Amino acid sequence: MFGQPTSPRIRAALAGTLSAGLVFGLAACGGGSDDDSAGTDASASAIDCAPYTKFGDLKGKTVTIYTGIVTPEDTPHIESYKPFENCTGATIKYEGDKSFETQILVRARAGNPPDLAIVPQPGLVKQLVTTGKAVAAPQEVSDNVDKFWDKAWKSYTTIDGKFYGAPLGASVKSLVWYSPTEFKDNGYTVPTTLDELKALSDKIAGTGKKPWCAGIASGDATGWPVTDWVEDFMLRTAGPEKYDEWVSHKIPFNGPEATAALDAVGGYLKNDAYVNGGLGDIKSIATTTFQDAGLQIIDGNCSLHRQASFYAANFDKDTKVAADGDVFAFYLPGPDANTKPVLGAGEFVVAFADRPEVKAFQTYLSSDVWANTKAKLSSGWVTANKGLDPNNLTNPIDKLAGTILLDPKATFRFDGSDQMPAAVGSDAFWKQSTAWITGQDTATTLNNIEKAWPK
Amino acid sequence: MSTATPVTTTPPLAANPPSAAKIAKKRLSSPWASLAAIVLAFLWTLPTFGLLVSSFRPERAIKTTGWWSFFSNPTLTLENYRGVFGEDGGVNLAAFFVNSLIICIPSVLIPVSLAALAAYAFAWMNFPGKNVLFLVIFALQIVPLQVTLIPLLEIFVNVKLTGTFWTLWLSHSTFALPLAIYLLHNFMREIPAGLIEAARVDGAGHVSIFFKVMLPLLTPALAAFGIFQFLWVWNDLLVALVFAGGGDEVAPITLQLANLSGTRGTAWQLLSAGAFVSIIVPVTVFLLLQRYFVRGLLAGSVKG
Amino acid sequence: MFNTASTTPEKILQMLSALLLFAAVMGIILFIAGRFGGKKGDRVVAYLYLLPVLLLLAVGLVYPGLRTIYQSFFDAAGDAFIGFDNYGTIFTDADQLTVLRNTVFWVVLTPFVATAIGLVYAILVDKSRFESFAKTLIFLPMSISFVAASVIWKFMYEYRPDQGTVKQIGLINQVIVWLGGKPIQLLIESPLNTFLLIVVMIWIQAGFAMTILSAAIKAIPDDIIEAARLDGVNAWSMFRKITLPSVQPTVVVVLTTIGIGTLKVFDIVRTMTGGNFETSVVANEFYRQTFNADNQGLGAALATLLFLLVIPIVWYNIRSLRQSEAR
Repeated sequence: MFGQPTSPRIRAALAGTLSAGLVFGLAACGGGSDDDSAGTDASASAIDCAPYTKFGDLKGKTVTIYTGIVTPEDTPHIESYKPFENCTGATIKYEGDKSFETQILVRARAGNPPDLAIVPQPGLVKQLVTTGKAVAAPQEVSDNVDKFWDKAWKSYTTIDGKFYGAPLGASVKSLVWYSPTEFKDNGYTVPTTLDELKALSDKIAGTGKKPWCAGIASGDATGWPVTDWVEDFMLRTAGPEKYDEWVSHKIPFNGPEATAALDAVGGYLKNDAYVNGGLGDIKSIATTTFQDAGLQIIDGNCSLHRQASFYAANFDKDTKVAADGDVFAFYLPGPDANTKPVLGAGEFVVAFADRPEVKAFQTYLSSDVWANTKAKLSSGWVTANKGLDPNNLTNPIDKLAGTILLDPKATFRFDGSDQMPAAVGSDAFWKQSTAWITGQDTATTLNNIEKAWPK
Repeated sequence: MSTATPVTTTPPLAANPPSAAKIAKKRLSSPWASLAAIVLAFLWTLPTFGLLVSSFRPERAIKTTGWWSFFSNPTLTLENYRGVFGEDGGVNLAAFFVNSLIICIPSVLIPVSLAALAAYAFAWMNFPGKNVLFLVIFALQIVPLQVTLIPLLEIFVNVKLTGTFWTLWLSHSTFALPLAIYLLHNFMREIPAGLIEAARVDGAGHVSIFFKVMLPLLTPALAAFGIFQFLWVWNDLLVALVFAGGGDEVAPITLQLANLSGTRGTAWQLLSAGAFVSIIVPVTVFLLLQRYFVRGLLAGSVKG
Repeated sequence: MFNTASTTPEKILQMLSALLLFAAVMGIILFIAGRFGGKKGDRVVAYLYLLPVLLLLAVGLVYPGLRTIYQSFFDAAGDAFIGFDNYGTIFTDADQLTVLRNTVFWVVLTPFVATAIGLVYAILVDKSRFESFAKTLIFLPMSISFVAASVIWKFMYEYRPDQGTVKQIGLINQVIVWLGGKPIQLLIESPLNTFLLIVVMIWIQAGFAMTILSAAIKAIPDDIIEAARLDGVNAWSMFRKITLPSVQPTVVVVLTTIGIGTLKVFDIVRTMTGGNFETSVVANEFYRQTFNADNQGLGAALATLLFLLVIPIVWYNIRSLRQSEAR
């Protein structure tokens, strides 16, 4: 047989790899203990099954739900479906996939969509509706949304007068991360107006430390954090009404309002005295991943990092994220203490089928029952569902975000780039922002983005 | 040119007289050759070694210091590997492993067989349109996978095959064909015409020639292509996602590994461990197929 | 048998039945082919052998390819016919010239360097004691997914400022600092960044070249080598006069394959720089327009550009084939 002279070596090499495999196998058996710890056993919490009886007998039926939410955030979602499954006898198949945003379009266009999809951008919802495969939301869902959400939330997925997607979770983006310990040690106070924020930055810069750290690298989405900065400042310098006009292109993208907003951002991100704490010069913002940037707070190399509520997941297990811990966040202040614009984002449940079990599940997801069930199971999750009892939120950042979202004085606006057409919101805006960081001027940047708006 | 080698048709390895072996060894024991090989191997392995070291370091250390500082300040942890296998959305090895294997095996066997036949036709038969057809086929390598997604998915939806392994077997096989035919054709042409002629003179038909003459001589080529096809299908994610959906029934192990870094990519340190978990199988296959990379299968055949 | 299999035994059964079905189809083809002997039968047998392949390729690659070219003449949504407008956009945008320049760098450097390294290494370790192990080391990068590769090279190219307590995370900058220099933002400096990304591709593809060329080297008849040895030929001459000419057709194949693969690859650019800082290539633009900007027409036009860019490679192959036939 061939290979005899070399077979001892091959055998040795094989043994090597196979034993490595064994080690991994043992790690798998040994390391993976049963997860009974996190969250309560949701199936035990019985819910009122009455709202679902009208959909008929759903025993044995399956509903597929496709999302971009993967581990570890998917576990609370899957757990939160159990009460519904117990009630109706239906089975929910959860498919989590990081390339959700491209795949959902491929699947919808080719005629193979899931039953439900959790879509994180209104712009993407619009694209899905254009494929003709999306189905309008049932009346029960529409009623729930009227009851539990602000009018604005419903408008994001109402296209041509038809309502398509109930909101699900949300995130708050107008947050600045900081170190409570550092603030206490140095006598810094949390700013309540933009001027105070600037003064604080100057104060910290005066001590020889770069106050801000930022990072916008994110693979082919590089540049998206700048869009959040711009939108936050657009809300604060031009006001929510102008913001809406700018997002829907009623005023040009490169108008005076946007120019003022981008320059205001430049006052922070392109200010040599302010950036980039612990990471380098202004240009390093473009190559630092958004995940890495805020970690400099823990290392003491910077003091302030503007990022959304979901950033909490970036800190490792030993870091205490609380008002009295290693790191926490404060609300990015408005122009004055009484004006509170809040930039945020969220996801929507869009249906591609109208079978009874799909409609029933959609109804469940848009209810306050689901929101509270989910809150009790999650850490690092919040919703704008008014039926949510904030006491069910387990984690300080969630409580903070929840309070901000439900504050009657706050004016909520959805992330602009998530609403704009794809050519702008997931392409030009990102690319031009990155070029802006590495030296391109404000006017050219805004002009290029304006050129990319589809006619 | 006649040599001291005894003419023989026994397995070629036994035909190597000591003198050739000694000469060969002498060449390889040239210090420059060994040094060059070692330097290359070192340079090539260094980046991967960095990842290996990182996979045993705690998250904070990975994100704040270089992996080489592991040697001056060793902090070992199995956290990353536990994260790969662990309960909180880690890799469910058993089920997905099975899926990956079931996807891979036909996706290797089918294109290899079909390509071997086609390559044989191109290499040793004459028919009108041969050259043009060959060029078209190997030029098809340029078609990016992404442009086939929607057209093929539409077809699969129409024939109701979505969500099954069939979509994967058919797609992977189709995508592999241009390169497979191109590679195998090249190796087939290297087989001396004399052998084919001799077989034909003996009255063998195409089928006989294919199985009795070609196949044994093609083993290294088949092994080489087999390794790569296995590897590409094993590591593939896109085709699996699009044509089979993310459902547990058909999802391969790559899906789980890709999702490891978390919804927003925060846990990318887990990827360092995940990468090594996913390497094991392809490297094992590579080693297993090395036995077919045997020298001298053609030695002495010129005289035969 | 054509349904979704849910349990492991079901899956294995489905796979086995698929393989059996396939074997049956092959059997039928071979059986029919066996009926046709002699030179006249050549044509029929050839077409018979090619039948399954042509069928699969026509449906799976040719049809999508033609559909793409057709789409390139329509607008972003695929509704309105706009003629050559998309192509106009490609060639008038200033950025696109950089994209084309980068693509040329990629397609010229990667195949030649990767093949050279693969060939040299394959020869160096051929018949040595640790051949399998040595080859595995070069093969390793090929078996790593692109996602993992981007993490690996992040640890090579990462930049941190040289200040205070901040330490370098990327190996290259660490070496620069050890040698007394200041760290460089490697991925922002153009065109250095493009070359650094090309290095990643070469690192991966050398394994492919090595494996294929190793098979080719093994196929060189021992007697030829023997004879040359006895004639007192040294290593360099051996390489130039015996090894290289013998594997030349395979070298062409390897160069071609890596070249075409390089044209198509965008994962490296996409994950490491997102195509920013003047690093984008045609394939990345194709992906960007099709999936990020949702411009189906422009994306299709860029894909068609890829089809056209493969023509020089095809021509090179034709020339090579003719030369080898003339030998």
